[in-house]
Amino acid sequence: MQNTELDLLKMIADIDGIPSGAHNIRANGETGSRVVTENVDIVTKTDKPGIDIIIKAGTKGESVHIPVVISKTDYTETVYNDFYIGDDADVTIMAGCGIHNCGDGEARHDGIHTFYVGKNAKVKYIEKHYGEGDGTGGKNMNPTTIINIADGGYMEMETTQIKGIDSTNRITNAVLGAEAKLVIHEKLMTHGTQFAGTDFTVDLNGENSSANVVSRSVAKDTSHQKFLSKINGNNKCSGHTECDAIIMDDATVTAVPEITANHIDASLIHEAAIGKIAGEQLIKLMTLGLTESQAEEQIVNGFLK
Amino acid sequence: MLELVNISFSAPSENGEKEILKNINLKLDDGFNVITGPNGGGKSTLAKIIAGIITPTNGKILLDGEDITNLSITERANKGISFAFQQPVRFKGITVHDLISLASGKDIGMTEACDFLSQVGLCARDYINREVNASLSGGELKRIEIATVLARGTKVSLFDEPEAGIDLWSFNSLIKVFEKLHETLGGSIMIISHQERILNIADKVIVVANGTIKATGTKEEILPELLGNTMGPCKVLTDALGGAN
Repeated sequence: MQNTELDLLKMIADIDGIPSGAHNIRANGETGSRVVTENVDIVTKTDKPGIDIIIKAGTKGESVHIPVVISKTDYTETVYNDFYIGDDADVTIMAGCGIHNCGDGEARHDGIHTFYVGKNAKVKYIEKHYGEGDGTGGKNMNPTTIINIADGGYMEMETTQIKGIDSTNRITNAVLGAEAKLVIHEKLMTHGTQFAGTDFTVDLNGENSSANVVSRSVAKDTSHQKFLSKINGNNKCSGHTECDAIIMDDATVTAVPEITANHIDASLIHEAAIGKIAGEQLIKLMTLGLTESQAEEQIVNGFLK
Repeated sequence: MLELVNISFSAPSENGEKEILKNINLKLDDGFNVITGPNGGGKSTLAKIIAGIITPTNGKILLDGEDITNLSITERANKGISFAFQQPVRFKGITVHDLISLASGKDIGMTEACDFLSQVGLCARDYINREVNASLSGGELKRIEIATVLARGTKVSLFDEPEAGIDLWSFNSLIKVFEKLHETLGGSIMIISHQERILNIADKVIVVANGTIKATGTKEEILPELLGNTMGPCKVLTDALGGAN
C-alpha cells in the first residue's frame, strides 16, 4: 500500500500500518492484507465482491478490522461483507472507508454489510467515513447495514462521517429477537454543497427487545442532510430515536422520526431538534477567554465527540 | 480595581426606551463586594455590562485604570474578568472536565479539575466525565458554573445570584467556598445576592434599585438597616424604591 492509503487507514481506523489481529484491508478493489486467527475466519465470496467474516461462538475480547481505502479516480465498487457472530461471542469490529480522489471522475464505495449476531452475543461495530483530495470528482459512499440480532444479543453501532464525503445515502435496517438490544450512535458533519441522507429502520420483533438510535449532526455552508428514523414496536419492547442537528451558514436539515406501535406493550419515544448554535453557549465560552470562532469550534467538536 | 463611570443602559420596551441603569458610578476595590436590592433593579444588567455581554448606552469602565468599555467579552475575559451566570448554560457533548479545562486556559489533569469540583461540594468522580447537559440538575449546573470561575482565578470574579437553585446543604458548602475565596483571593469578587449569609461576609455592600445605586458601605453600615427591621419597611430599600414600600 502507498502512503496515501496508509494515511487514509490512520484516519478511518486509527491504525498505523497493518493491524496485528484479524483483519482484511481492501485497497482499490484488491485485498491489501488479510490475517485470520483461530477464532476469526475471513473468506472471499465467490459469487460477488466481498467477504464473509465468521467469528466462532464464545470468542471473547477479539477485534477485527475491515477497512476499505480508495485512492483512484473514476472508480466505483459495490462490496458485500457478511458478518457471522457466533453465540455468546463478545467482539469489536472496526470498518470504515476512506477515499482520496485527486481526479475529475467519481470515486465511490457502496458497502453492504449484513450482520448475524448470535444468541447472547455482544458486538461493538465502529465505522468511520472520510474523503479527501482536491480533484473535482465526487467522493461518494453509500453504506447499507443490515442487522439481525438473535435472542439476547446486543449490538452497538458507532457510525461517523468525519468530513469530505460529497454524497452519501446511509441505510440501516435492523430486526431484533427477544431480549435483544441495539444501540446506534451516528455522528455526521457535512460542508460545502454535500448531501447526507440517513435512513434507519428498526423492527423490534422480540419480547423485551429494545433500541436506542441517536444521531448528532452538524451541517455547514450550503450542505443538506436528511434524517429518517423509523422504529416499529411489534412486541413488548422499548425504543427511542433522537436526532439533534446544528445548522450553520445556509445549510438545511430535515429530520423525520417515525415510531409505530403494533403491540399494546410497545413503549416508543422520538425526539428531534434542529437549530443554530445557541448565542448563550457562545457567550459562556467567550467569558472563559475563547474567541467567537474558537467557541464555535469547541461547541461543534463537543457535539460530535 | 474596577471602576464604573456614569454607566447608563436603556433597552426598548412597550412604552419606548426604558432606562435600566442611570448614571452608575462605582468603584470595586479588591475584596468582597456584594450587590443587593430588589428584583428588576438592574443588578444583573450591571454585571453583564462589566463582563462585556451588554454594551452600555453611556459611560465607561476602567480596569486598573485602563478603559475597557469597547473591549469584547473575550478581550475582557483575557484581561481578567470572570462571570458566573445566574442560569448556567448547557452543552451537549462538552464534559465537565472539558469546561473546567477551558476555564483554566490549559489542558488540566483530572486531579486538578476534580479539586475545583470538590471546592463547590460535588463528588468529583461522579461528575468529571459527565456532559454539561440537561441530565444535570439546576443545582449541579450552578455549582459547576461556579467551579469554572474558581478555575479561572482572575482578578475580577462576578457571580450572579450563585445561591439561586441551590439546596440548603449545598448552600452551606457554597458559603464556605466564598469565605475561602474571601480569605485567599487577591482580586475583586462581586456577588449579586439576596442572602444574608453572603451579605454577612461582604467587605462592601452596594444596594441597587430602580437602576441607581441607593447605598454603599460596609456591612456594618448597611446591614442593620437592610436586615434588622423585619417587622416593618426597611429604610434603605424604602428609600431605594422611592417610598413605594
